[in-house]
Amino acid sequence: MNIKELGYKDTKFVSGHRACAGCGFPQIVRTILNSTDKRVVVANATGCLEVVSTIYPFSSWKVPYMHSVFGNASSTISGIESAYKVLKKKNKIKNDIKFLAIMGDGGCSDIGLQSLSGALERGHECVYVQYANGAYQNTGVQRSSETPLLSNTTTTPVGKVHRGKEEMKKDIVKIVAAHNIPYIAQASMAFPEDLSEKAKKAFETKGPSFINVIQPCVPGWKIDTSINIKLSRLAVETGAWPLFEIENGKFKLNYVPEKLKPVKEYLKLQGRFKHLNNKEIERIQKIVNKEWEYLKKGDFWGAREY
Amino acid sequence: MYKDGEEMKTIIKALTGNGAAAYAMKQINPDVVAAYPITPSTQIMEDFSMYHANGLVDSDLIRVESEHSAMSACVGASAAGARVMTATSSQGLGYMFEVLPVVSGLRLPIVVNIVNRSLSAPLNIHCDHGDSMSARDLGWIQIYAEDAQEVYINNLLAIRLAEKVKLPIMLMQDGFITSHCVIGVDVLDDATVKKFVGNYNPEKTLLKDDITIGTLALTDYYFEFRLQQIKAMNEAKKEFIKIDNELNKIIKHSTGYFEEYKLKDAKAAIVVMSSTAGAVKEVINDLRSKGKKVGLLKLRLFRPFPYEEIKKALKGKKVIVMDRSISLGANCPLYSEIKNSGVSNIHSIIFGLGGKNIYDEDIKDIFERALKNKLKEIEYIGVRE
Ligand SMILES: Cc1ncc(C[n+]2csc(CCOP(=O)(O)OP(=O)(O)O)c2C)c(N)n1
Ligand code: SF4
Ligand SMILES: [Mg+2]
Repeated sequence: MNIKELGYKDTKFVSGHRACAGCGFPQIVRTILNSTDKRVVVANATGCLEVVSTIYPFSSWKVPYMHSVFGNASSTISGIESAYKVLKKKNKIKNDIKFLAIMGDGGCSDIGLQSLSGALERGHECVYVQYANGAYQNTGVQRSSETPLLSNTTTTPVGKVHRGKEEMKKDIVKIVAAHNIPYIAQASMAFPEDLSEKAKKAFETKGPSFINVIQPCVPGWKIDTSINIKLSRLAVETGAWPLFEIENGKFKLNYVPEKLKPVKEYLKLQGRFKHLNNKEIERIQKIVNKEWEYLKKGDFWGAREY
Repeated sequence: MYKDGEEMKTIIKALTGNGAAAYAMKQINPDVVAAYPITPSTQIMEDFSMYHANGLVDSDLIRVESEHSAMSACVGASAAGARVMTATSSQGLGYMFEVLPVVSGLRLPIVVNIVNRSLSAPLNIHCDHGDSMSARDLGWIQIYAEDAQEVYINNLLAIRLAEKVKLPIMLMQDGFITSHCVIGVDVLDDATVKKFVGNYNPEKTLLKDDITIGTLALTDYYFEFRLQQIKAMNEAKKEFIKIDNELNKIIKHSTGYFEEYKLKDAKAAIVVMSSTAGAVKEVINDLRSKGKKVGLLKLRLFRPFPYEEIKKALKGKKVIVMDRSISLGANCPLYSEIKNSGVSNIHSIIFGLGGKNIYDEDIKDIFERALKNKLKEIEYIGVRE
């Protein structure tokens, strides 16, 4: 679907929600929901998206939506999908329905990891999406396992001794890939057709599928409200967030520029990296370069040496 | 429904408590069942899996990776319009804990069989009521069974009651004592059960309606949600009796909120729940034959709690409340409630924690000392100091 078609479609996630000005996820949610014409049932984990969009008696969701707790979006959708299978067999449900479980990085990679893993292993047919804003934003920017190296968060603050998050980001896509599900993708809102194409493929996949979408967060990343798309683009252009797909085990890079931009261009616009000195930026650059080398060779799984 | 005088279509089956729960589940034939093993409830899910493997149920059986996911999947399935059941014990119920108030808050009529087992630490697989009692304030209806027969009828009753008042239900039975003990259980034929439980047709579901479930409701609405639940619980008390009476017309075993055993003229009465009631009845028979006026009130419905009815039934008696669980730093759960109902001449007996046996002689001694006014206000039975 091209950007115009996407833009003109009736939206299934409407305005009136209370996300911060400049937040990245409303467009992401809208794009994903508009990538299928089938009815979609959504399960959402506790987090920013849920909190800003379902304040009783209002809702931004024009599709059936359920929130239960922080760590169980995937098991919730397991139950919904199971009910669908049975009720369809019993002829109580007639139309085809698609399923979306959408979670923040905390709800997906940390507290919800077991629930996600169980759902993937059991094969519940659903599109599982992580909107990756790199911290527990809803509770005020605490680190998650998906927080990038050296980020300043409220639980990894920059002080006299410590310099932000000292651990590497958890590689959730590899964890998901180890479940051998048929479709996995990494995407960015700065490439809307790509995101939409991936969502469409995911909805059409027989079995579970997973999409990891980068999502800039205004207070969390300490950025200007106008640059979420710019950052979503720079993340890809610098190699910090490569766009790729794994279809039935086959890895493919979707965006390969002649030359990557320096990662500094991406980092310098973000207050969470403001404290970085040249040596630290160089360290991040090296990691990005190395990862890109592997991926360019099509080597998704090979052992990493940084 | 059977007309008066018509013969009931029950047959007797040799079943354990777990087997009775699974057999009832087979006949109820829920749309979705989530399964995760834990002693002593495991056999419920094993039996049900066999019914599933043999094509005797239409259910989708989700073999989840934890109890948190078991209850979460139940929530999703129930909101999607499915009739849903599961089972657990002890740590498993503990692992579900976060999701339990979501179920009641969202008014989902999920029915869970809980085979009572003590909580860790120390690790112990035997019976006490510490697990279900710790979940007593989470908005679930709680019904306790004396034996496999009651386990069976409680399952049938619970489906109807839960769906009528839109509240979830925990059905308790004593770990090992009931769950693993085979007795003859009167069961109905499949068609009668099917007719009794009827179809589940919720007003709104995720699969049919564009609804938002599980919203954020802050100071302006939260209390109102809770008030609705309070009203539903009050309603549940009335509906329980109606459905219990209806059930009694097709299978004679239900006894209302509580069973009164030789209670009317009793001077001293024990109040207890679950399997221990069986032992108390034996002792009462023995003491009655010696002319001692003793009786029993065996409570089935713990939430909502039938205060007025209990007060009336125990009026003027010396009351001995036997708890198989404690509330550290406070009165025991059952004792507290009986006291709250306005019963004044009352003693608290704590017994059986971690599965510690209680013997007929213990119960006899309690009754005899009670009759002689020699029972302390609070006593622990069968424990070394
Ligand atoms: C069991 C539990 N622990 C903690 C919380 C508090 N909490 C709510 S949202 C949240 C963080 C959500 O982070 P993430 O999943 O990354 O989503 P985001 O807010 O960043 O969109 C936390 C810690 C909770 N609701 N439940
Ligand atoms: S805190 Fe971040 S993720 Fe949450 S609404 Fe604001 S911009 Fe979006
Ligand atoms: Mg986050």
